Amino acid sequence: MENTKTNAVEMKNVTKTFGSVVANHDVNLTLRTGEILALLGENGSGKTTLMNMLSGIYFPDHGEIYIHGKEVSIRSPKDAFALGIGMIHQHFKLVDVLTAAENIVLGLPGGATINRKLLSQKIRDISQKYGFDIDPDKKIYQMSVSEKQTVEIIKVLYRGAGILILDEPTAVLTPQETEKLFRVLRAMKDDNKAIIIITHKLHEVLSVSDRVAILRKGEYIDTVETGKATQQSLTEMMVGHSVSLSIDRPEGIPKKDCLKVHSLTCINSDGVKKLDQVSFDAFGGEILGVAGIAGSGQKELCEALTGLYPVKGGSILFHNEVDGHLVDENLVGKSPDEIIKKGISMAFVPEDRLGMGLVASLDMVDNIMLKNYRQNSGPFVDRETPKKTAERLIEELQIVTPGVHTPIRRLSGGNVQKVLLGREIECSPQLLIVAYPARGLDINSSYTVYDLLNQQKKKGVAVIFIGEDLDVLLEISDRLLVLCGGQVSGIVDPRTTSKEEIGLMMVHVGDQNKENQANLQKERKEAATHE
Amino acid sequence: MSKEIREHQEPFVRMVKRASIEPKKAWLIRGIALLGAIITGGLLILTLGHNPFEVYASMVQGAFGKKIAIQETVKLTIPLLITGIGISLAFKMRFWNIGAEGQILAGAIAASSIAIYFDHLPHAIVLILMGLAAFIAGGIYGMIPAFFKAKWNTNETLFTLMMNYIALQFVIFLEHQASWQDSRSTFPKVRMFTDTARLPKVFGVHIGWIIALIIVVAAFIYLTKTKHGYEISVVGESANTARYAGMNVRRILVRTMFLSAALAGLVGFLQVSGSDGTLTETTAGGVGFTAITVAWLGHMNPFAMVVVSLFIAMLERGSNSIQTSHNIPASAADLLTGLILFFMLGCEFFINYKLIFRGSRKEEANG
Amino acid sequence: MDNIINLLNAAVAAGTPLLLGTLGEILTEKSGNLNLGVEGMMFMGAVSGLAGGLAAEQWLGGAGVMAAVGALLISFLAGALGALIYSFLTITLRANQNVTGLTLTIFGTGFGNFFGEILGQRSATGFAQVTQGTQAMFQPIHFGALSDIPILGKLLFSYNWIVYFSVALAILMAWFFKKSRTGLNLRAVGEDPATADAAGINVTRYKYLATIVGGGICGIGGMYMCMVTCNGIWVHGCVSGYGWLAVALVIFATWNPARAILCGIIFGGLTVLRMYFPIKGLATQFYDMVPYIVTIVVLVITSIRQSREHSQPKSCGNNYFREER
Repeated sequence: MENTKTNAVEMKNVTKTFGSVVANHDVNLTLRTGEILALLGENGSGKTTLMNMLSGIYFPDHGEIYIHGKEVSIRSPKDAFALGIGMIHQHFKLVDVLTAAENIVLGLPGGATINRKLLSQKIRDISQKYGFDIDPDKKIYQMSVSEKQTVEIIKVLYRGAGILILDEPTAVLTPQETEKLFRVLRAMKDDNKAIIIITHKLHEVLSVSDRVAILRKGEYIDTVETGKATQQSLTEMMVGHSVSLSIDRPEGIPKKDCLKVHSLTCINSDGVKKLDQVSFDAFGGEILGVAGIAGSGQKELCEALTGLYPVKGGSILFHNEVDGHLVDENLVGKSPDEIIKKGISMAFVPEDRLGMGLVASLDMVDNIMLKNYRQNSGPFVDRETPKKTAERLIEELQIVTPGVHTPIRRLSGGNVQKVLLGREIECSPQLLIVAYPARGLDINSSYTVYDLLNQQKKKGVAVIFIGEDLDVLLEISDRLLVLCGGQVSGIVDPRTTSKEEIGLMMVHVGDQNKENQANLQKERKEAATHE
Repeated sequence: MSKEIREHQEPFVRMVKRASIEPKKAWLIRGIALLGAIITGGLLILTLGHNPFEVYASMVQGAFGKKIAIQETVKLTIPLLITGIGISLAFKMRFWNIGAEGQILAGAIAASSIAIYFDHLPHAIVLILMGLAAFIAGGIYGMIPAFFKAKWNTNETLFTLMMNYIALQFVIFLEHQASWQDSRSTFPKVRMFTDTARLPKVFGVHIGWIIALIIVVAAFIYLTKTKHGYEISVVGESANTARYAGMNVRRILVRTMFLSAALAGLVGFLQVSGSDGTLTETTAGGVGFTAITVAWLGHMNPFAMVVVSLFIAMLERGSNSIQTSHNIPASAADLLTGLILFFMLGCEFFINYKLIFRGSRKEEANG
Repeated sequence: MDNIINLLNAAVAAGTPLLLGTLGEILTEKSGNLNLGVEGMMFMGAVSGLAGGLAAEQWLGGAGVMAAVGALLISFLAGALGALIYSFLTITLRANQNVTGLTLTIFGTGFGNFFGEILGQRSATGFAQVTQGTQAMFQPIHFGALSDIPILGKLLFSYNWIVYFSVALAILMAWFFKKSRTGLNLRAVGEDPATADAAGINVTRYKYLATIVGGGICGIGGMYMCMVTCNGIWVHGCVSGYGWLAVALVIFATWNPARAILCGIIFGGLTVLRMYFPIKGLATQFYDMVPYIVTIVVLVITSIRQSREHSQPKSCGNNYFREER
């Protein structure tokens, strides 16, 4: 059977280490011409590292790579191109200020100047062949995520790649866009190209691939025929033991008022509306999920709520107790320290953990005291209390670290997130905002995070969960808010809504929004009578 | 395509980030780099037709040979050390203050105005006023670019640098003012201060050295034990995190830059009152730039900066003496300082990364 | 009116070293290297240009064209040498760009003054100066009838050859960035080296080449200071601040070489303003402050209105390491 098709790629005993971390250990992989191979593994299992060695970004410590049966040494992306290997990275490798055409032709040999007419024509030809839709003269920074991905794919095809590697290509796409991408992939497969798609989403593996190769903690586990695999069997190979794939959603927890957001509008420094009349409520004792394609205003929403992003209009009313009276305090225009001074306890786990939530070069103690170092009086900092807290958190959350004085940057992704989440929960917040809390974490750490969120919900905390994985959002949320281009395109009940419906809402502000508007009117009336 | 496929061969040398390094090994690397700089300097001396050993010996001799030489070296150390500490405060926040030269002059101008107009007051009062004026003037002079940086993210490197030239022109302007000159001379020069405006001496050097040592300890405590110090380290690492933590980044930036520049301003006072006895165009004399070297080589650690500033002062003092003994221009000090810093900057690479040569895979797998 | 024409004429002559420094730094920054050592490289170019001129006089027989060519080549090499040190430290050894640039300024200033004095010591007269024949090579060129056209002749046809060389260089560079394939690749390197790398561009080579050639151009700017502004004599600290102004001018020129010509003329004009429009009672020192004050004002204004396309290449100031993670 191996002989019916030639092997496009063969990797044998490939090993790669970073410092003391072994990212890949004696990995073997075979890719045939004219097939789609899914490379499956948890976050941190070494999928991307392995593929980066094929595309010339990293050089293996040892092991052999064969392309079309010939042993090769890929020392740079240029070598990879020469061998017909093209990789579409998860974080797009495109220059923002250049046009699509300029990005596509980047680094290619040729005359002193570029024949732009001919170039545009060639790009259109490729687009037509596989069914893309792209304007060659559009600048990258004016493009949507899916357009950027299209440019990336054309870039690779333009270079005549016969072996395509796609790193988590669906993470940023809506279900509909994903389907479209899969159609393109199948068209390329029929064109006898060899394709590797890196993913950790099982249903995608089952729907698009011919075979699945599985990595676990840097080790190669096996390659199986997709037809013979099930979600359960793949999970067991990926995680190493059988796990329940469902996420808990505790029901029947009493709800209480916490946050009312009305017509929140934010404009960025370029004058673009990032949030447009966003209105919603968040209640204590529930998890409000927030879905949307990347860059739909999620970041701005989190930061506007926490006083980090300037608000143009609207109100953020926080239900707070002041001297025994219940009042709704408007947080618009308040800076984070003013919010803290008001006695409002809000916790925020930002998307950028080491760039915003934590200080990478400082130790755990200094990171634990980040938000409350001002508590004691006098000019000196108190490092004793946070040290005790740190030690307790290490115990409670089973954080793996050499000690409280190790710089945070030396911790693994899962442990970094535990430190951050642990610190935020430590201040017993009324409102907890988490952005992409499980991104980059392995399955065990992800479930620890989901459990912690559910515990908070049970305690009566209002949790706002910004997510990208619709499966997770649908399972964990009590209500699900869908953002589209900075607008709320609807707030739905995840128990009764399908993924496809949400996918549509992510790209259209349609009927759901009208319903939403109607709900709002009702809410406002209620609010008026309440006062 | 087949032509492009190369022999199976790994690159000749690759670099890999080290997980960690023992301090001993790190210091060894730095020591080798220093030696490398000295040897390179020696080769330069050799090409000029001098014996490098002789020249270096005469430099050390010139800096530490006699009691008076030591006093002179210490006198050069004081401004370097204090300015270096000031600069390190700003650098820790990634605020590239290269305007210490101008801030020293601003302090010097303020101190000199007290010396020129209020020298009838009691000695102690004049000195305290001079010090305060210099501290505040320097601080404000440094706060201006910090304000714009905080508000509009204006490039502080160029802003602070342009302020140097403005301060320098102002000093020249003052030198041309009759009221600042000696009444017996028409030469454009600020008159010598009276003794009321001069700093007293301890062990033959003006008391600036005691002030410097106090500042070293104070700066260490400030940076490592206080809330302000903590804020500086957070802001320096990530302004985003600082904002997230509820810190007022703008205020911290402006405040820290005030302190940074105020220390430079204080140096201006020590120079005019302790060292020179008057205000001249060379009051700052490149200290503001050399102090950057001090801060960087001392890894922003006040105690390490004591050693570094003493070393660089030795180079400068020594260069002056080889000018007379060997007729080698005193600018050699700048040249050598630059060389040493080049080597030190380069050697950090070998502390952070290790090189893997072709064919040494086995070792790496074990190490 | 005459005053204005004369001022413009002097502005072009005074602005040329600024233009050269700016062009060099634009090329450098386009590759993602923020080299703050322009002042140092100009010093290195200045002293080496002088030394090159003197050496050509001595060994290639007399003054004239050879001395000018020698000055040009050697000053370029000296600036390139400074940039090579910078490149090796920041590109290969990944040292901090800010500090390395500052060190290059300290080193280059020392280099210039040190060897300037050595040249003086070694010459018979006690100070280093090229012969009159060589000096003449750096005088304005007379284009015959063209130079005699009223106003236009003075504005366009009355400069030394480096002025025309610099303007041509600026136009060439503008074309290079806008139209050429290599220029496009270089821009990609400066904007996003990881992307350029993934596209098969040799990031290291581009960075080295752009920075070194940029440094060489700065070196020529320094040579201009020494040969034209100071008449071929070594003056201690002759570059004083021009390198820094050039770094600032890069921002005003919005990384556009063609616009750098205009910026060079404006700032050249500011440095010579007092000789053409003296205001009674205003001390010369305040005139001398003007370029620096204007720089600050423009810095503030440009920082208030930021734009995405006319701004510093995004990776500027950060070193690139492919295997970073």
